[in-house]
Amino acid sequence: MRIGVVTFPGTLDDRDALRAVRIAGAEPVTLWHGEDDLQDVEAIVLPGGFSYGDYLRAGAISRFAPVMEKVVDAAKGGMPVLGICNGFQILCETHLLPGAMIKNAHRAFLCRDQPLTVENTRTAWTSGYEAGQVIRIPLKNQDGQYVADERTLAELEDEGRIVFRYAAGATHGPAGFEANPNGSRHDIAGITNAAGNVVGLMPHPEHAVEAGFGPDQPGEGTRSGTDGLAMFTSVLRSMVA
Amino acid sequence: MPRVVVHVMPKPEILDPQGKAVAAALPRLGFEGIASVRQGKRFELEVEGEITDQVLVSLREAATTLLSNPVIEDVVSIDVEDAADGAQA
Repeated sequence: MRIGVVTFPGTLDDRDALRAVRIAGAEPVTLWHGEDDLQDVEAIVLPGGFSYGDYLRAGAISRFAPVMEKVVDAAKGGMPVLGICNGFQILCETHLLPGAMIKNAHRAFLCRDQPLTVENTRTAWTSGYEAGQVIRIPLKNQDGQYVADERTLAELEDEGRIVFRYAAGATHGPAGFEANPNGSRHDIAGITNAAGNVVGLMPHPEHAVEAGFGPDQPGEGTRSGTDGLAMFTSVLRSMVA
Repeated sequence: MPRVVVHVMPKPEILDPQGKAVAAALPRLGFEGIASVRQGKRFELEVEGEITDQVLVSLREAATTLLSNPVIEDVVSIDVEDAADGAQA
């Protein structure tokens, strides 16, 4: 099972995403932004970072990278695609997912372990969770505020396409942002397309896949959190099934 | 060389965190009486050759596909800056 991870200039979290793929039991494959070759992968991760320096808008220039044309075609053909943080911003810029991300409402970079409610377990990337389950994975960004017009928000709600919502229980952050860390509409942390194969989220599941290197789990110990791993094992299972 | 100036602004219904930060800083410096600030972008495109209607159509497309994201931003103006031809598009 080959899962590709795309590296753009300015990508930061490709190594962690490759590692998460390996820990989940799949074969990690590095994909390069400048090559229009998906190397026979069966799923794709667009990792976090500041691709092309986030110049113009986050994800705006990556959208036109040679590899993205192939990614868009593959996604439209049903291949599982996961966009994390900057990868989510890129998926929005390509219009594979609706809406856009603007600067956090409190205007600061925020890094914290963020509780999320899993609302949709029918996607390729979330079948390993239970509906309503609260998971805790790292969140770290400056442009994390999800916005969309009312019609799009209503559509996402009605079709059950909100995959993750921000939940209370973070240990720190600006006043007024205890649950929703950035002002995102409807507390949206992650969404999916109508087919359920494309998922984008701002928090980072790839940083919570191995005990000792994950977020703190209150009551269970420091750095013990592995709540992100199920995203990668979910896609593995959905491809085998 | 004629220049085309494109102005892009955050949509009115979208909160503009950068504008808000500027608005909050102004009174600290003693600039009173400014009710709100919104911050946009100005692009200056130097165009090779004459600016024909066809060139403007293609620049308009560039403005709405790359220079702005229609989900959060509006292209508020595309102006040709040329002394000989002050035409607005």
